[in-house]
Amino acid sequence: MTEFFISLGMSYEWAWFVATICGILLIALPLMLGVAMIIYMDRKVWAAINLRRGPNVVGPFGLLQSFADGLKVFLQETIIPSAANKGLFIIAPILTFTVALLSWAVIPFGPEAVLADINVGLLYIFAVSSLGVYGVVISGWASNSKYPFFSAMRASAQMISYEVSIGFIIVCVVLWAGTFNLKEIVLAQEGHGFGIVNGYWFNPLLFPIMVMFFISALAETQRVPFDLTEAESELVAGYQTEYSSMSFALFWLGEYANILLMCALTSILFFGGWLPPLNIDLIPWFDIPGIVWLLLKILFFFFCFSWVMATVPRYRYDQLMRLGWKVFLPLSLFFVVVISGFLMIDRGWG
Amino acid sequence: MIHTLAFYLFAVLVIASGAMVVMARNPVHSVLWLILAFFNAAGLMVLVGAEFIAMLLVIVYVGAVAVLFLFVVMMLNIDFAELRAGFVKNAPLGAVVALILLAELVLGIGAYRVGAIDLGSPDGSAAPLLGEGNTENIGALLYSRYLFLFEMAGIILLVAMIGAIVLTHRESRASRGHQDIGKQVSRRPEDATEMKQPEVGKGVEL
Repeated sequence: MTEFFISLGMSYEWAWFVATICGILLIALPLMLGVAMIIYMDRKVWAAINLRRGPNVVGPFGLLQSFADGLKVFLQETIIPSAANKGLFIIAPILTFTVALLSWAVIPFGPEAVLADINVGLLYIFAVSSLGVYGVVISGWASNSKYPFFSAMRASAQMISYEVSIGFIIVCVVLWAGTFNLKEIVLAQEGHGFGIVNGYWFNPLLFPIMVMFFISALAETQRVPFDLTEAESELVAGYQTEYSSMSFALFWLGEYANILLMCALTSILFFGGWLPPLNIDLIPWFDIPGIVWLLLKILFFFFCFSWVMATVPRYRYDQLMRLGWKVFLPLSLFFVVVISGFLMIDRGWG
Repeated sequence: MIHTLAFYLFAVLVIASGAMVVMARNPVHSVLWLILAFFNAAGLMVLVGAEFIAMLLVIVYVGAVAVLFLFVVMMLNIDFAELRAGFVKNAPLGAVVALILLAELVLGIGAYRVGAIDLGSPDGSAAPLLGEGNTENIGALLYSRYLFLFEMAGIILLVAMIGAIVLTHRESRASRGHQDIGKQVSRRPEDATEMKQPEVGKGVEL
């Protein structure tokens, strides 16, 4: 995009600057729109599984429900509890929202469509997603109320636990692809299964890793079987209890942006990102732009998230910790050893 | 130009938030300033081209260590006034520690500039580079030239971890708080529930 602005007669620095701003807007604005639509989809899927209708009043098929909710929230009064720590209380939702958007900088939407094509892309995502816990912890503490505080403590313990296994899972993928760059990870998956299947999920050693990543992603984004941080029967609304109006909406948007990110990451790490699912040209699907494939994969995983949400009951806290530390940690460590051993034999000892 | 601006921005923020760590009245605010300092230090690392170290700094310190700090500080019921009382008394000791650290930094950087230690040349071109990027280089050096030191560090950390677990773990088989997951998972609906089909208007006897 920089070249385009240079051709408009700008100097390189200005062209780079304007191109970056445009890139950020090109990702962030559709993302916000996507979050609004994905909330609608979430509610529809949930309703369909519960044999309900879901939102169907605002707009055709209820499509505008999220926008109506957004407008309602926007017009509400912002209430700051008098006992709250004011500065941190306001910063927390902003932090959550910002961090949720930050990771999208390195997500490749196509072979050329990536805002920041950096060498340590996957590590960057891992680092930024580990910041997500601060929004929750700070809001819980700054609210100066006991339910948010309980929720904040649960959230920090939960996110640290599952980040460990996510780290090992990422190591497995990086070992196989030989790079931290997300774009090259996708390219390494081209024709991975017998030259036909694009994606690491086909690999018998990486398939269990993919399942573990999906479950850890549920825990990391605090979706249903692991939504102990906002378990409404125990903690009212968890760390969001004291929030109202836009600050509440920012938490909500950030949460869904994070869920979309995890879906995108699953598709990029294991399902070949923007590549079509099969590497054979039966129907002309190489002509379909890559971003469509990526969006379809993201939607598929988001459907799985909603599906899990509608069907699985919530975990107990000790079960959550047991799954993280006693099952996923040893299992992912085991797979790191097995995969590095296999690669060492397969790719020679040099 | 933008490089210099970014450097001064990060450097000023690191020092300012470092000062705020000491000055903040509330310990939780102190930890948050510390996190900001870590984060800006990571920014400085990116500026010198050490992106791998920068990411590790964020993952390890901001993402894990500081969360535990925050956790502990939030849980403790600290008397802020008492905490502040020792400030004047301990200030000289703090100054001495700061001076020692400064001297060590000056010595270290001086030795590096002179070229007494084999880290590469002072002009910035570093020790033997093997791969392309930063990550490959660090990996290649760690697993070849510094393999022994690397493994030693790993073993020391492992021993520390096992030590911490041994010190804090208590074997308690008390009736409360112990969950037998195997028993819970193997429980079937048939064992725990009974289906009754009562007629309309009549109750069920249990």
